[in-house]
Amino acid sequence: MADLRVELAGIPLRNPFLLASGVWGESGDSLRGAWDAGAGGVITKSIGSAPRPGYPNPTVETLDRWGFLNAMGLPNPGIEEYPQEIAIARSAGALVIGSVFGPDADEFAALAEKIAATGVAAIELNLSCPHAEGFGTEVGSEPEAVEEITRAVVRRVKVPVIAKLTPNTHDIAALGAAAERGGAAAVSAINTVRGLSIDLGLRRPTLSHGLGGLSGPAIRPVGLACVWQLYRRLKIPIVGVGGIMTADDAIEYLLAGARAVEVGTAVAFEGIGVFGSLVRETDRRLHELGAARWIDLVGAAHRADGAAAAPA
Amino acid sequence: MRRLARVSERVEETPSTVTLRFDDTTEASPGQFVMVWVPGVDEIPMSLSYTGPSKGITVKVMGETSRRIQSIGVGTVLGLRGPYGNRFDLSPRRILVVGGGSGAAVLAPAAEAAIQRGADVAVALGATTEAELLFADRFRAMGAVVHLATDDGSLGQPGYVTQAVDGLLGHQEFDAVWSCGPEVMMRKVIASADARAVPVFCSVERWMKCGLGLCDACALGRWHVCIDGPVFPGKELMEAPGFGEFFRDASGRRRPYRPSPTPGPPTAPS
Repeated sequence: MADLRVELAGIPLRNPFLLASGVWGESGDSLRGAWDAGAGGVITKSIGSAPRPGYPNPTVETLDRWGFLNAMGLPNPGIEEYPQEIAIARSAGALVIGSVFGPDADEFAALAEKIAATGVAAIELNLSCPHAEGFGTEVGSEPEAVEEITRAVVRRVKVPVIAKLTPNTHDIAALGAAAERGGAAAVSAINTVRGLSIDLGLRRPTLSHGLGGLSGPAIRPVGLACVWQLYRRLKIPIVGVGGIMTADDAIEYLLAGARAVEVGTAVAFEGIGVFGSLVRETDRRLHELGAARWIDLVGAAHRADGAAAAPA
Repeated sequence: MRRLARVSERVEETPSTVTLRFDDTTEASPGQFVMVWVPGVDEIPMSLSYTGPSKGITVKVMGETSRRIQSIGVGTVLGLRGPYGNRFDLSPRRILVVGGGSGAAVLAPAAEAAIQRGADVAVALGATTEAELLFADRFRAMGAVVHLATDDGSLGQPGYVTQAVDGLLGHQEFDAVWSCGPEVMMRKVIASADARAVPVFCSVERWMKCGLGLCDACALGRWHVCIDGPVFPGKELMEAPGFGEFFRDASGRRRPYRPSPTPGPPTAPS
């Protein structure tokens, strides 16, 4: 039996598998469902200051088994109404991380303060949603903005702050370093990768918004490279995200430097039971790989001699 | 995978309801839905009202999107995904079908398939007024015994269809009840049938975006209508927080089902 418990920025997690923001996070019952299915923690849908319907459909395009292209447009019920959903999840014992987004540091800080009041264990900043005009890419791809927003939020809340980084940049480590300077307790990487698909018959993009964000197995090597680069540059812990479908995928992120991971697209491919199977399989695979504890292998691939003997 | 289909026929079924037919050879079963994309307008979930190679959807005017979808003509190209979701279990031998308003759209192909398999089907069909009774002739033509109710008493039993349902359940034996319509109506149907230990299966409508069990828009208690439904056992629905009480709008906000000003069940979203 391998020990999957991990402490992330001071938060004790029963296992490293977090429900990624944007998936199953609109209702408290769904957050609870992911927790009951075995997630180590659940991250809410990104919440803004006012209700937002998001873009018209189509908002999601399936790309065979590579993943999904989506441009939801940050739909959310707004910070005034959302706390009742967090309360439902927390009453079931779920460890909830609140995700927020906004156009500037002031709004981020105000939102963070409100969501912190609901009793969330941590706050994740959605700095990188690449498909909301006026938000996302504009703030998340500028190191100065990342640092300013992170600092403003950290000053207003007591819980740890996790900055979620965009891969749509030439230097993600610079963004991570900016978050670290701003006082982030951790970074998560990566958000979706900008993408497009076009219907040949209709000669138009398949998503109503045109450009979208790619998730799923197709982006796993991109996410791994980003985690690898961040691990070399930062002192704060990294949460790996992007295309994790199996225990081996998660362990790959672990070896690249991730202390915990987020799982999103796999929920649609495999069902919510994916959390239970990831936990069981990771336990088995770590044992096969000669590791007694998940945390022993954080960033192990960076150490030339290897941190553990690997018979399999 | 997404595919394109051309509208081959447009039928005005009632003043508020239009059927669009299109050729699509994908296998589908009664109860399932497709995501229908009208380019430049929207993509919405629609239960199939015809499930064979010539498929159909029957759209009721609810808001701007459904109005624009109703107005499209023969020859218009639609994008399709699916079919998605579960289906009606066609094995019961004696079935009571209860449709309210446009709910008859998903029940008609299910009743057809059950009758083809030898089932006896009785239909209780309700609407606000005579002109809004959907598929009454289609149900008769397939060999079902049809009972009508209108809120204004213009045809059939005056009042809610749920009163007719109570009467039918009291006088006849049924192995299953199938229902689709306003959630407040379905709650009453479930309660009536439950009192007589007849299992109920309801097709439920919720705001839906991805149709894939990802986005959470159609969350209903611990279920997602797109992957766990849209057909649910009545017992599960009665335990689901919000059933018959609120739906979530496009932003995920809880919105109560409005009590309607005149007799007639509250209206559903979208």
